[in-house]
Amino acid sequence: MRERPLSGVPAWVTALLAIALALQIGLASSRPEPSAKAEDLGAPPGVNALRLAAVGEPVALAKLLMLYLQAFDYQAGSRVPYRDLDYGHLEQWLSAILALDPDGQYPLMSASRLYAGVPDPAKQREMLEFVYREYLKDPNRRWPWLAHATVLAKHELKDLPLARKYAVALQQHTTAPDAPAWVTQMEPFILEDMDELEAARVLIGGLLASGRIKDEREMRLLDRRLKLLEERIGNKNSGKRP
Amino acid sequence: MTRIIGPIAQATLLEAMRSRMLWLVGVLLLLSLAAAGFLGQVAIIEAAEIRVTVVAALLRAAAAFLTAAFVVMSMVRESNDKVLELMLAQPWPRAAYLFGKLVGFSAAAALLTVLVTLPLALIAPAGRVFAWGLSLGCELIIVTAMSLFCVITLTHIVPALAAVLGFYVLARSIAALQLIASAAETSTLWTDRAANWIMHAIALVLPRLDEMTQSAWLVGAPPTAGTLTSVVAQTAVYTLLLVAAAQFDLHRQNL
Repeated sequence: MRERPLSGVPAWVTALLAIALALQIGLASSRPEPSAKAEDLGAPPGVNALRLAAVGEPVALAKLLMLYLQAFDYQAGSRVPYRDLDYGHLEQWLSAILALDPDGQYPLMSASRLYAGVPDPAKQREMLEFVYREYLKDPNRRWPWLAHATVLAKHELKDLPLARKYAVALQQHTTAPDAPAWVTQMEPFILEDMDELEAARVLIGGLLASGRIKDEREMRLLDRRLKLLEERIGNKNSGKRP
Repeated sequence: MTRIIGPIAQATLLEAMRSRMLWLVGVLLLLSLAAAGFLGQVAIIEAAEIRVTVVAALLRAAAAFLTAAFVVMSMVRESNDKVLELMLAQPWPRAAYLFGKLVGFSAAAALLTVLVTLPLALIAPAGRVFAWGLSLGCELIIVTAMSLFCVITLTHIVPALAAVLGFYVLARSIAALQLIASAAETSTLWTDRAANWIMHAIALVLPRLDEMTQSAWLVGAPPTAGTLTSVVAQTAVYTLLLVAAAQFDLHRQNL
């Protein structure tokens, strides 16, 4: 279709177009920037409703929802403290996203590394428990996040029994060949910190005897640890003696 | 019959090539790649997975819409220009015209599939992209046949396009709907049971588009040979059903 030249358009039409465009731009720029406030995070729709909304693309929806959830953390250069979020709702969102995309690592990474990093022990524990529960559903894929949770429980929360619980789970359920050996060997070290030296010694001895440790360097490291433990037990016992 | 179907199909494909659809596809690809870049920037981890799944889902939906819109618009234009009457006045069976159009539109859909699939190979493994593309081609053939059926039956752009899009969304969501309805299986209310039964009845006459062309194939477990075979079989059976229905309707019309 051939078009007339621009000069063929009456001047008032061009002016009207320019004015309308200027008005729209003015109106749009006078509006406040959209922002996601932490307290605005409500409960997510049910998993079935989300599946319906995904129109056959649950994984793509899960990825987009994770980015949406992330918008409640960052805004216009400043960071909303995670602790202002309603952790009940947050956990529901993360669960729903995992239900849509069980293979996705983003929700558990966020739970263990971001949301569990708040200076609020109750909320930290809530997130760590969430990671623990979800880990049990797919241990061989989700072990990195429970391993991180174990470290947080031990060093940040200083809750050694909790750290031990996670370490035991890691040891019992993680069988993935790509999981490094230290992931399943955390329990004796936590026991050592708990001053349960005898139990730690038995565990390390058991690990060495089981033949599960193949790497020469790891074996030497554990062996050295075992000797140190035996030495500490010896000193402790001799100290206790009258 | 082949001597009639061939030129009709060729003319239809030529129309697709000469329309502005190729420009649209180009713009669509640019926008999708821009979206991929943006999403990759905002993600903390799994940036590649997010990019691939979202772009694939976008391309899939857009390709289905473009196919439906092209088939419906082209058929309505042909009807308004009296080309349809001219064709039907020829000493050919009506089936020849219908098959010619189906083959032409399907070829255009295959071309569209290639155009939207190739850029995905830049951000996802080629083998998985091939499986995804094969499935998308099958899905677009079903959309083509559905559009042809709707436009022959409803004859106007808006009702035909609305019917095709409604069918597409329903076929993509039917598994989720069945899941929701199945919660009523234990209900004692007859209305709940009826809703459940109706949902299952609807599912019987719909193709499982939610099992086709999943973006998860590009980042998670790839489809098995059995899955792809089932996609191809579903396409063959459902296209046959739609062509039979369109043929039935075309014969009933007093043209």
